[in-house]
Amino acid sequence: MSVTLAETPAPVAATSPALEAVFQAELAQAREPKWLADSRREAWTRANLDGKISESGIVVGKSDERWRFSGHKGWSLEGALRAKNKYAGKLPDIFAGGHPLDCAGKLTYADDILAAQTPVSAELARQGVIFLPLAEAIAKHPELVREHLFKHDHALGGGKFLALHQAYARAGTFLYVPDNVEVPATFFVTHWAATPGAALFPHTLIIAGANATVNFLDYFGSVNTTSEAWVAGAATIIAGSGARVFRKSVQNLNGHTLSYQDDTVICGRDSDVRNIAVHLGAQRARYESYSKLNGPGSNLELCALTIASGRQEFDQRTFQDHAAPRAKSNLLYKNALLDESRTIFAGMIRVEPGAEETDAYQQNRNLLLNPAAEADSLPGLEIQNQNVRCTHGATTSRLDPEELFYLRSRGLPKNTAYQLLVFGFFEEVIQRVENEALAELLRKLAREKFGK
Amino acid sequence: MPSLDIRNLCVSIGEKPILKDFSLSLPKGEVHAIMGPNGTGKSTLAKALAGHEDYTITGGEVFLDGELLLGLEPEARAKLGLFLAFQYPCEIPGVSIANFLRAASQARLPEGQEVAAVEFYKKLHGKMDALKMDRKFTARSLNEGFSGGERKRCEILQMMMLEPKYAIMDETDSGLDIDALKIVAQGVNLMRGPELGVLVITHYQRLLDYIVPDKVHVMWDGRIVKSGGKELAFELEAKGYDWVSKELAPSAKN
Repeated sequence: MSVTLAETPAPVAATSPALEAVFQAELAQAREPKWLADSRREAWTRANLDGKISESGIVVGKSDERWRFSGHKGWSLEGALRAKNKYAGKLPDIFAGGHPLDCAGKLTYADDILAAQTPVSAELARQGVIFLPLAEAIAKHPELVREHLFKHDHALGGGKFLALHQAYARAGTFLYVPDNVEVPATFFVTHWAATPGAALFPHTLIIAGANATVNFLDYFGSVNTTSEAWVAGAATIIAGSGARVFRKSVQNLNGHTLSYQDDTVICGRDSDVRNIAVHLGAQRARYESYSKLNGPGSNLELCALTIASGRQEFDQRTFQDHAAPRAKSNLLYKNALLDESRTIFAGMIRVEPGAEETDAYQQNRNLLLNPAAEADSLPGLEIQNQNVRCTHGATTSRLDPEELFYLRSRGLPKNTAYQLLVFGFFEEVIQRVENEALAELLRKLAREKFGK
Repeated sequence: MPSLDIRNLCVSIGEKPILKDFSLSLPKGEVHAIMGPNGTGKSTLAKALAGHEDYTITGGEVFLDGELLLGLEPEARAKLGLFLAFQYPCEIPGVSIANFLRAASQARLPEGQEVAAVEFYKKLHGKMDALKMDRKFTARSLNEGFSGGERKRCEILQMMMLEPKYAIMDETDSGLDIDALKIVAQGVNLMRGPELGVLVITHYQRLLDYIVPDKVHVMWDGRIVKSGGKELAFELEAKGYDWVSKELAPSAKN
């Protein structure tokens, strides 16, 4: 497969025979149930509907508000391939040398091919917990998967990427935790980009039953610093009544990777959902987060930490959709920008007419560590019910010289003081992961971004 | 004799001269108080000594135990043994008191040497107990959401941990109730001794009931206009700052 996102609209071309062939070959090989095969064909058609995906490119609309401030070049997918063989090299252990992560189950993929697997304990299996590679879940639990897979679409701008994802995504996780089952340990899934030019479509589907407790970690990384790759991932989290779901994701792909990531969260009645996303890697990363507060009294916390360096671009679009009364959502996106990096934050809170007593908050804080870096912020509100409390705020600032002086007056060298302040900016998010192993890993990865 | 020796110091903010030929010698082991009305240059003195870049030195010299202080980076002054307890300490989100103090202690060690964790915490907890601070405090972000009293106590804790040779306390009493004031004073009194010189900057005589100074200096318009023993503070309290402006200031100019 070879796909390019062109800078300017390419002449409209129908799906290329080469792309079509890859799609059809994978579809035939997967031997999926008819409903899924149909759904993939539909997605494939949707990805191609206007002819703007072909070997010459997907076109991202320049005049599309949903892509405002986005760079319009650099999405080149030239040469992106679907891996045919299992990656033979060694895969890194990201928690090596640190606190071990208490895992409920583990899946490791390289180039969308399953590399390692630690199933759940017999006890969890007995309680009905299903934690499987997506392809296996499709085969073993077709009805359960069918009920939830690829059901949610949104209009945050990445429709083409999502359609392409739906056409190809077979690697990833299906997690089902039945009603009243509490799993405090973490389900831990890693997706590695390994082969040069690999195209990955990792999928995560988390279904938490009523009053279930789920902890989940997705890690996206590259096995080396030089291979180009293209990753279009999507995660869907469905929280039943009173469920407590805490999902974390870390995107630490190498600087030659293009990353599209979609998170969709559906909150049931009185559920408590937290989704924390850490963005460190990729040359260019588009992140779309759509959350629907579907159940009355649901509570959602959305948090992101981005450390942008070099010429990286992080483009983040979020939507907090309040569809039920008395729900709370709280979004905090923090970006630290070094060098000539760019971040874009566009957030929307929508309160639907029936969503009275909504309490919604949205905050984007950007820390500019270099004058050449650029942070754009587009907060937005759309309120159709008067009995609500909605606030949003965006700040872009540099390090406070008074804070720097205070630390230096205690004997800290300028560089150390500077680092303490910057890392202090990260801590607000890092501490919210409430997991020592992961917090430690994030601090280590943050230090690495600063070349330490 | 070791001292913090300020000689004819002139300091401006922008174009505006604030300290005018300010001289003061603080011998190690003594506690001196500087009193004066607002706007007379007390805080400027403190910030300029600590090396804040907004304050321009236009003349004079400062020696800390014979070493030139002016021109050094703020961190180098701290390493020489100078400590400034801030009037308004900054909030530093995400930096815990323990981590900060450890980094500050680390900065004082020679290259390659590490702060010993066990001893560090033992010392920290001991000092906190003396200041009646809850040990949970160490995990909190530096000054974030602290009350006025907590901030000042945290300044004293830092001073006790860093063991300076000379400490300047910039209006440490502002915003404190009497109980907090007593605890802060107790912290200073605990440290008092032949190895420490203290310069207490205050607007009110009240603090000096608890930290009894060896000498009192009255400041007016960027310079010291009268020096005396601790009784000078009482005299000033009784006569008010009008006395300074009407009687002391004119004579000092001559």
